[in-house]
Amino acid sequence: MYRIDFNKLRFLICDDNPHMRRILRTLLHSFGAREVYEAEDGATALEMYSHYVPDIVITDWAMPIFDGLELAQMIRQPESKGNPYAPIIMLTGHSEKRRVTVARDAGVTEFLAKPISAKGLYQRILNVVASPRPFIKTKTYFGPDRRRNTNNTYIGPERRVGGEMEVMQQPSLLDKARSGI
Amino acid sequence: MAKEKPGTLQIKSFGDHHVITQPNPLRKVLLRVPESDLDDPVGRAEKALAGLSGEFKNWMAIEADRLSAAHAAVLRDGFTLDNREELFRAAHDIKGDAATFGFPSAGAAADSLCRIIEHAPDLDQVPADLITHHINAIQAIVRERTKLDTAVMASKLSKQLRGVADEFLLKVNRDRPEHLEAILAPSIVPAE
Repeated sequence: MYRIDFNKLRFLICDDNPHMRRILRTLLHSFGAREVYEAEDGATALEMYSHYVPDIVITDWAMPIFDGLELAQMIRQPESKGNPYAPIIMLTGHSEKRRVTVARDAGVTEFLAKPISAKGLYQRILNVVASPRPFIKTKTYFGPDRRRNTNNTYIGPERRVGGEMEVMQQPSLLDKARSGI
Repeated sequence: MAKEKPGTLQIKSFGDHHVITQPNPLRKVLLRVPESDLDDPVGRAEKALAGLSGEFKNWMAIEADRLSAAHAAVLRDGFTLDNREELFRAAHDIKGDAATFGFPSAGAAADSLCRIIEHAPDLDQVPADLITHHINAIQAIVRERTKLDTAVMASKLSKQLRGVADEFLLKVNRDRPEHLEAILAPSIVPAE
């Protein structure tokens, strides 16, 4: 059986609603997290992201001026100084399926529709910790692999046949982000 | 977190995309524990959330008042870009938070109001009473919560509002298939 050592995780939460931030903080602290940073808008969250280098970002969608979707898109810039690979959990009151697609295409890792539950939040965190997905880079997308499942009955072109593996020695993403490379 | 050793990114290139795999940087926070481990972080968190519940009614009242203030601005100045945004955000926040605060029917009514704001082709053509009834319903649900039969009445009220709103939206969007599809699509959130 596996358990998450929340004491070793650093979270950044972003929501313009102070009540929701209080609830999220309460849940994360109850899970065992000690480092929980808060931002009330996307722009502040982006600054804090570069400064604190969180392990996981939990963001609302609808916020004034600079929303959660734009925050995810900025984090996912592959050329950015910060870590573009950090898991992003979008926690939102939007409940339409098309919103999930839009969030996914912005590079969000997990989507959690409000009302929030302790179990739902824990499960999403467990997903990103225990089952990280590879990243995909195309001309128009950079983010977690949007394929969740293997479809054994798929009939159509297969774009991931062959290809060449290239192994690049790089400093760890955490060190890279902290050193500002 | 502990300092990571230099890792490697594995990049597999295909015709029109790359697949990038990195060693899981969060693997060190996963602990293998025996089955007898009784730690229950979800249970702890649920208790902590229950501990906050004394503040929920006050928070809900604050959010309902914010919604009323946004509506008052609309009644005074009409639907400007800013007024519309603030009304939508106030309703959207209630939609997302109300069930957590113990007011699921207020959340349902707020959801119905959000749908009107998002899908009405011209907000100035929405019957004023339709929006006012939504605002009044949310305020009533929040204020009257402690009375008997409130939950049943609140649920009935929010369902009625949703029915009227949907009827209006289907009528005014009959020539807008994208909006019709969104209006008719099921929510990803389980029903009350």
